[in-house]
Amino acid sequence: MKFEFDIADGDFAKAGTSSSQVKHILKQLNVDTKIIKKTTVAIYEAEVNVVAHAVGGGKLLADINLERIVVEVADLGPGIADIPQAMVEGFSTASPEVISMGFGAGMGLPNMRKNADKLEIISGVDEGTRVVITNYI
Amino acid sequence: MKHMKITNIASLLGGDIVSGKTQQENHISFGFAADLLSDVLTLDVEGVLFITGLCTLQTIRTAEVAEIDCIVIARGKKVSPAMVELANRNGIVVIETECSVYKASGILYEAGLKPIY
Ligand SMILES: Nc1ncnc2c1ncn2[C@@H]1O[C@H](COP(=O)(O)OP(=O)(O)OP(=O)(O)O)[C@@H](O)[C@H]1O
Ligand SMILES: [Mg+2]
Repeated sequence: MKFEFDIADGDFAKAGTSSSQVKHILKQLNVDTKIIKKTTVAIYEAEVNVVAHAVGGGKLLADINLERIVVEVADLGPGIADIPQAMVEGFSTASPEVISMGFGAGMGLPNMRKNADKLEIISGVDEGTRVVITNYI
Repeated sequence: MKHMKITNIASLLGGDIVSGKTQQENHISFGFAADLLSDVLTLDVEGVLFITGLCTLQTIRTAEVAEIDCIVIARGKKVSPAMVELANRNGIVVIETECSVYKASGILYEAGLKPIY
């Protein structure tokens, strides 16, 4: 099964709505509650990153079968210059506005790694960022 | 005391339950205080009460994702109707209190609510 959701540009009030919908789908499919939680946390972190760091919004694509959940969160840039540096706990380029919303501690990507069985990040300067989270059911 | 009833927590804090009234008889196992939502997303225990001064829709959304049962909004901040609606939809109990984060944490710690860390 495939699902697609839009992530609104810079709109913190809506950040998390796509992740929430994926969570409801996984619940309806009776996926194990621990797997639902870790998947939802990982994709929420990715979704908040699009709202916090990307320009022009993005998309969330979920592909679910009996064996695994694959969620791709993609945006149109500005991209991540140094992915290993971005993965370091505490590294953040978040704006004061993002910080005032309770984010920007540089914990999102490390937390995604913790909650994903497989995590792929494809990005570069002036390119979009694609984060692919795979969790096995 | 291992588990605390949410209604008891509200009265200890002199607070008002503004959402999730159908869940207010449930029990809480751990307390956690933060103004950093990223921090809340790293928790992996059940039965958590989250004390915060951050009163935004993201507070509720993050609690939904992190499967937090109850949120205490400190320092007399008032939750918006949109926050109440989102909390109700997800069965999250929100308590408003005049206490600061420090005072609310102190009261609940003293009453026996365990910390996660
Ligand atoms: N989609 C993205 N587009 C551009 N840059 C990004 C994107 N995602 C992450 N980054 C970069 O990687 C850094 C680290 O991301 P991470 O999610 O770990 O922390 P954060 O978002 O800054 O804070 P937190 O997740 O704790 O709220 C960000 O500050 C930003 O510089
Ligand atoms: Mg982040």
